[in-house]
Amino acid sequence: MNTMAAVSMPFASGLRRLLGNRAMLCGAIILVIVVLAAILAPWVAPYAPNKLSIVNKLKPPSMINLFGTDEFGRDIFSRAIFAGRISLLVSLGVVAISTVLGVILGVAAGYFRSLDAPISRLLDAMMSFPDILLAIALVAALGPSLTTVILALGITYAPRLGRIVRGSTLVLRELPYIEAAVAMGLPTWRILTRHVLLNLASPILVQSTFVFASAMLAEASLSFLGVGVSTDMPTWGTMLASGREYMNNAPWLMVFPGLAIVFSVLSLQLLGDGLRDLVDPRLAKES
Amino acid sequence: MTDTATTSRPVLSVENLTTSFKTKDGWNAVIRNISLHVHAGETVAIVGESGSGKSVTALSTMRLLPAGRSRTEGRILLDGKDLLAATEAEMRSVRGGSVGMIFQEPMTSLNPVFTIGNQIAEALVLHRSLSWKEAEAETVRLMERVRIPAAKARLHEYPHKFSGGMRQRVVIAMALACRPKLLIADEPTTALDVTIQAEILHLLRELQREENMGVLFITHDMGVVAEIADRTVVMFRGDMIETGPTGQIFASPEAIYTKSLLASIPRLGTMGAASAPKRFPEVDASTGNAVDGREMSPVAQTASPILKVANLSVRFDLPHGRVHAVEDVSFDLHPGETLSLVGESGCGKSTTGRAIIRLISPTAGTIVIGGQDVTKAGTRELRTMRRMSQIIFQDPFASLNPRITVGSAIAEPILAHGLMGRRDAKTWVAELLEQVGLPAKMADRHPHEFSGGQRQRISIARALALNPKFIIADEAVSALDVTIKAQVSNLLLDLQEKHGLAYLFISHDMAVVERMSHRVAVMFLGEIVEIGPRAAIFDNPQHSYTRRLISAVPVPDPVRRGLRPEPLTEEIKSPVRPFEYVPPKRSYREVSPGHFVQVTTS
Repeated sequence: MNTMAAVSMPFASGLRRLLGNRAMLCGAIILVIVVLAAILAPWVAPYAPNKLSIVNKLKPPSMINLFGTDEFGRDIFSRAIFAGRISLLVSLGVVAISTVLGVILGVAAGYFRSLDAPISRLLDAMMSFPDILLAIALVAALGPSLTTVILALGITYAPRLGRIVRGSTLVLRELPYIEAAVAMGLPTWRILTRHVLLNLASPILVQSTFVFASAMLAEASLSFLGVGVSTDMPTWGTMLASGREYMNNAPWLMVFPGLAIVFSVLSLQLLGDGLRDLVDPRLAKES
Repeated sequence: MTDTATTSRPVLSVENLTTSFKTKDGWNAVIRNISLHVHAGETVAIVGESGSGKSVTALSTMRLLPAGRSRTEGRILLDGKDLLAATEAEMRSVRGGSVGMIFQEPMTSLNPVFTIGNQIAEALVLHRSLSWKEAEAETVRLMERVRIPAAKARLHEYPHKFSGGMRQRVVIAMALACRPKLLIADEPTTALDVTIQAEILHLLRELQREENMGVLFITHDMGVVAEIADRTVVMFRGDMIETGPTGQIFASPEAIYTKSLLASIPRLGTMGAASAPKRFPEVDASTGNAVDGREMSPVAQTASPILKVANLSVRFDLPHGRVHAVEDVSFDLHPGETLSLVGESGCGKSTTGRAIIRLISPTAGTIVIGGQDVTKAGTRELRTMRRMSQIIFQDPFASLNPRITVGSAIAEPILAHGLMGRRDAKTWVAELLEQVGLPAKMADRHPHEFSGGQRQRISIARALALNPKFIIADEAVSALDVTIKAQVSNLLLDLQEKHGLAYLFISHDMAVVERMSHRVAVMFLGEIVEIGPRAAIFDNPQHSYTRRLISAVPVPDPVRRGLRPEPLTEEIKSPVRPFEYVPPKRSYREVSPGHFVQVTTS
């Protein structure tokens, strides 16, 4: 166990490489801003997210309401900042759950021949349902709440990671360095963690960023269908859904939550790409 | 077009060819000022080690490098026409038209979803504007020309039904389809077994004589050069080091690099009276002079073998039959001794090695390591067994986990078995690295920072970490360049002498095997057909397959070309049998003490 530390690279060289990768740095900065805004929402947002002001309904963006107001006169800028809390929480939660589930199932199916058929059939069965339908069924079974939405979407997206991880593990398992590790008498868990998982980092990172984006949109769909997070807290998805009716005469209702989704997804993908390169020693530059 | 032998103008003439690749720091020349001429009916070989620029030379000649990222300067004249000035459309008619090309990998150069006939005919329809019906007749003729047996019947078969050697014949037929004036062959026999290689080389020579083509032959193998080339160009790190008639280059090389290259080639029949293995010649890189290696000290006779394999069989079931990968194999391995398992691809030599250390499960038989039967060993006994035996693989690039430093890769088995603390392990890693000829401070680096030869040294260090009693070297030096191959083989010999290691040396390379082995076992279709002391096998081979294997090895001496018997043209049989097949019980005849040959029953 203690040798695992030997794998990590010196912090300073990692930082230097982070700074060397401009795209990744951009992604990191945007993500930090979005996350900080969400955490510090009560202090950052100029108004309370649910403060009604019927006289000011559907006002276009101005200095008073930066992003304009919605059909109840609520400040969209404030709502978008508060919405980030739920949206980010759901997406990150979904990524965490689907990654953990997907990696465990995928590695087990890919590495142990006897588990391959049952696990793969399970993943196939799950993937044969439309994502949203499966999520709705799970939420319906578990009862709607923030936790169940995260759990349901996490389970729904697990096969996406599972399939990719299984495929990569199948390839890795046949490589000589894995055979060498078996021949050296290394315990199986050690082979899995040090030799298989470490080399799965790239596909997992890439796929996780996709799941992050999908989860954000799926959460919106669930809210729109009324099985999502309870409606008194805004999410970017619910804002999009409710703004749809006013798309022609008040497009700002959709533009700003839409942009929030675009930027957080983009930042995460830039970060994911950069991280993938960062954890790969082959791409390290020699000074 | 077949009577141009007397014309003085070369078919291909390359003058001052310089090719550069775009890198971050600007244009980087990978080959510099290459000049060569290929006349009709002549074979010119470009020979060099990996990274010498020989393939880039061929690709530049055909303008096959990506346009934006590479730049080619100089002059390339094909039949007097400047190819560097040709348009892309003109180049397309040149490639596959007046120039045929053959590449290394026969398994991937054919499209698996089209029949053989279809693929050859396609070239004819495209380049020679034949109708499909005419093309089919011509295809049969071409398949007969490349000596594919039963050409007409095999026309409608798919590539997977053809063996590697037969596929390479199909590729050659495709290259010949448009009666090219020039054939470019880039390592066409490297992926093939020696007996198949001999057949393909023989075929190429005959076809060249019949068609009067010029051939530009790219290879790393001096033996092949001696076999086929009229003139030779030696390349080293992008420069043309030496060029001249092949006989002259072999007889009196001028460049130091050529001298050391020739001195490093493993040759058959250089053992003299030695009975133990002999180190490869040490080549002085500054003069190119070589001193033959010394004979290793004899092994003390021990009563008990470290490894005892009896009646080992490995079979796999396929949907349509059963693969008898290893069938009734028995041998002993004594401490300090090298037993080589030789044979061609698919003969079961690697499977035998993997079954012994239980990377795959044997179907039948017993494996006794250090007096303990490990055939049915459970997890715990296997772990103990794995401290005694190790394996080194062929591919230096895939044998090391790219994500962890070489130091922690070498330390891993020691720590996993709990044999040392971390501090002691670090000292031990440093010592191991020095034993395999690498500086200890390299422990902190990742595998990608090392060359192929260095990586193989790291794999050896890792295999030594547990102080094993025997090591299975599965084609451990086969993928390395000749000079590196000699060095790593010498390292293995030195380590054997120092630690009394036993090696099970799995290889298809007879010249290396002759130097490395105390004893040799020849495998064919999963069975050992002959086993005995090295000298007995090489000087007095009894089994017809052993003789064929030895005679197929290319001799790096152009003078002896043509003195060798013509190779047989027959496909190696497949080890896939019907489920109900029961392998016959084989018996062996003792020719001389310890030298056994399988009694052929047919």
